[in-house]
Amino acid sequence: MATDIKLFNSNDENAWCPGCGNFGILNSLKKAFSELDLLPHQILISSGIGQAAKTPHYINVNGFNGLHGRSLPPALGAKIANKDLKILVTSGDGDTYGEGGNHFIHNIRRNLDITHLVHDNQIYGLTKGQGSPTTAKGQVTTMQLDGVRVDPFNPLATAITMGATFVARSFSGDVNHLAHLIQEGMKHEGYALIDILQPCVTFNKVNTFKWYKDRIYKLDENYDPTNKMEAYKKANEWGDEGIPIGILYRNEDATSFVDRIPHLRDGKPLVDREWKPLDAKKFMEDFR
Amino acid sequence: MNYNILIGGAAGQGVATTGKILESILKRKGYFVFTNKDYMSRVRGGHNFTQIRFGNDELYSHNSDLDIILAFNKETIINHSSRLKDNGIIICDYNIDTDNYTVNKLPLIETAKDVGNAKVFTSVAIGAILKAFDIEVNNTTNLLNKFFKDENLINLNYAALVRGYDMFKNVFTVSEPKLINKDTISINGNQAIALGALAGGVTFYSAYPMAPSTGIMKYLYSKSNSMNILVEQAEDEIAAINMAIGASYAGARSMTASSGGGFSLMVEGLGLAAITETPLVVVNVQRPGPATGLPTRTAQGDLGFVINSSQDDLPLMVISLKNHQDAFYQTIRALNLADKYQLLVIILSDQYLADSSSTIEKFNFDDIKIDRNIAKKNNCKYSDTYKRYEYTDDGISPRLIPGNHNNITVLADSHEHNEYGNIDESKKNRINMMDKRMNKIKLVKKDLIEPEYYGMNNPETLLVAWGSSEGSIKEALELLSKENVSIGALVFGDIWPLPIKKMIQYSNIAKTIISVEHNHSNQLAKLISQELQIKFTDNINKYDGRQFSGYELYKSIKEVL
Repeated sequence: MATDIKLFNSNDENAWCPGCGNFGILNSLKKAFSELDLLPHQILISSGIGQAAKTPHYINVNGFNGLHGRSLPPALGAKIANKDLKILVTSGDGDTYGEGGNHFIHNIRRNLDITHLVHDNQIYGLTKGQGSPTTAKGQVTTMQLDGVRVDPFNPLATAITMGATFVARSFSGDVNHLAHLIQEGMKHEGYALIDILQPCVTFNKVNTFKWYKDRIYKLDENYDPTNKMEAYKKANEWGDEGIPIGILYRNEDATSFVDRIPHLRDGKPLVDREWKPLDAKKFMEDFR
Repeated sequence: MNYNILIGGAAGQGVATTGKILESILKRKGYFVFTNKDYMSRVRGGHNFTQIRFGNDELYSHNSDLDIILAFNKETIINHSSRLKDNGIIICDYNIDTDNYTVNKLPLIETAKDVGNAKVFTSVAIGAILKAFDIEVNNTTNLLNKFFKDENLINLNYAALVRGYDMFKNVFTVSEPKLINKDTISINGNQAIALGALAGGVTFYSAYPMAPSTGIMKYLYSKSNSMNILVEQAEDEIAAINMAIGASYAGARSMTASSGGGFSLMVEGLGLAAITETPLVVVNVQRPGPATGLPTRTAQGDLGFVINSSQDDLPLMVISLKNHQDAFYQTIRALNLADKYQLLVIILSDQYLADSSSTIEKFNFDDIKIDRNIAKKNNCKYSDTYKRYEYTDDGISPRLIPGNHNNITVLADSHEHNEYGNIDESKKNRINMMDKRMNKIKLVKKDLIEPEYYGMNNPETLLVAWGSSEGSIKEALELLSKENVSIGALVFGDIWPLPIKKMIQYSNIAKTIISVEHNHSNQLAKLISQELQIKFTDNINKYDGRQFSGYELYKSIKEVL
């Protein structure tokens, strides 16, 4: 069973550069939703600001295109309000690892049941080419003409260290691989991070489609994603030695955020419940 | 008749709990009680005090003149004895060094030890205070169980109360309490806001702890499981407001609160709520700033900031809380107005109101309504052509809950957007959307509540104040009316958009207009001058982090008259 993929098409005019890795990610999302037999109104995509963050405009699902760096907090609010929504976050490396770093760390602690796609092109696209948190040290950018001075952020190692329960990496050039990971992430009951390597055809002349293609390799069936120490090692493999893609770490035993709160877990979604002022009247006893 | 008791000591000595127990007993005995707290931003040491004022008439504020000082340390005596009335007394333990002060030294700790636990010395002291007023300690065990879970501790404290009562003497005369068997409550400002939020159907509340706003979250959290709502401690205030907006977008009635510093972090989120037209109520419990300022003290310094807290223009409503009743009812009203107009509503409270408690009539829950202005699940007239920001006659677009309607998706956007919620930078769209949003200011004007007027008809002098200054204004006016001063006061609750009718009316009558504000720059007066070109004759300001008492304000008014 699959829903018609065309249901997810949006009428909005697309503002991405031709050849942008975002198109592959967009197609993977539609493919994953269709294959999971979902309908547009059952899904919410929350995003911040950046090129990746425009995704909710280019796909027909519920969308919340919020502030730069703040894609995660509205997703949390929405999931608590309506636990039946399938919620994803689509935002870039600057949005998630830079401006939104604090939310990234603390939502791992919550293990909120959402799927977080980070379109990681290792550069700031929308602001035209400055170094991002994942740009390599020494890389020359449109602003850092003498090279980036600081060490890059390692999102996957950070996530694993923080106790994230689903940590994966994919490549925007491989729609089937990414669509599969998105489905696995959405099936995972908890926070799923998918860092997606993605060329920026306009501003990143180092990490090109070919650069990624030459270095990525898929984790095979012998790899055990439940082994945290192995996952940590894989998260530290980078560059010419090869870049592993696939599910690096997965822990299906952890309790998701909603399930940690009995009345949320067992009851109807909050938005379907009714509150009456008189329900609170009894609390006046506290003040007699 | 009203009396004023100060309990002072270092942080950690039990000043606050002692105050609460005494307050509770006096209220249950049938007196009006007004309690305010003065504490430092530290966990141990320093100097904290609670002032308990009780009497047979309604009380609106604290008083500076003291009848009893209960001192847990020498510093309390040194700091406050100058405020003691001629017949006032100081009570402290035997072992406190009291220099030359005239003090009633009692064996508080020794007696507590004898009862069975040195810690209950505070209850021995409460017993002694009750004796000073000849208020019996009987029937207080059922009150003590509000403060102590352990049966043994309740009995120990009761025994300590009795011993304290027996060891002291009667000093003051009290009249028969008026409120015996009357159904009153004693509640502080933060608790009243939280209870209003519960009555008003808040289902999601997110905040980051920050004095003096934390009490709202603490109370809501304690009720969250029994009310089936969610209270989330956010990683920072930016997360707090963005979570609340996400929950509101998804259909839950949401609220957040902070104080000046945290509110500053929320500012971009205020704009997000406004441009996405997501209903949101934000409470700012003011404390003196800028930056960290005086964390546990009071001010009305954020008015100018809050009204202008955004890039570019956005529609918002600002309601300031005048008293404890307001804290409850205005919170509910704010929630309904936010949903009615898909509007950002900011409630301005302050530390004085937040931490003071007052004996008031029980809140009336029977007439409260929750108006959501949202279509019911799978029951709406829209098809897949639903437009979140559709132009309508009044500019309020239909709001649907995402996920609740087959084949309908809801898109909210922080960019300038078209009716569908998609990014649109065209000139025409920009103008239309700005006009659509800003029209809410016009709409909400129909719901404005004019300021409350107190005082005589046709006053020569008009005082203009807002928020929690109301209490001291009322008491100051009572004192002035005894001297036949021709004076009255307008106290603003709703403050933005500015209600103008009464202000115009009274400014035409009064010869002199004086603003009374707990800030440095007369923020309300400036606003009124800006909106109405009304000139103020004088300004009374207090910005030392402490609230005017009625008597202090009375003296300040006399100085400028």
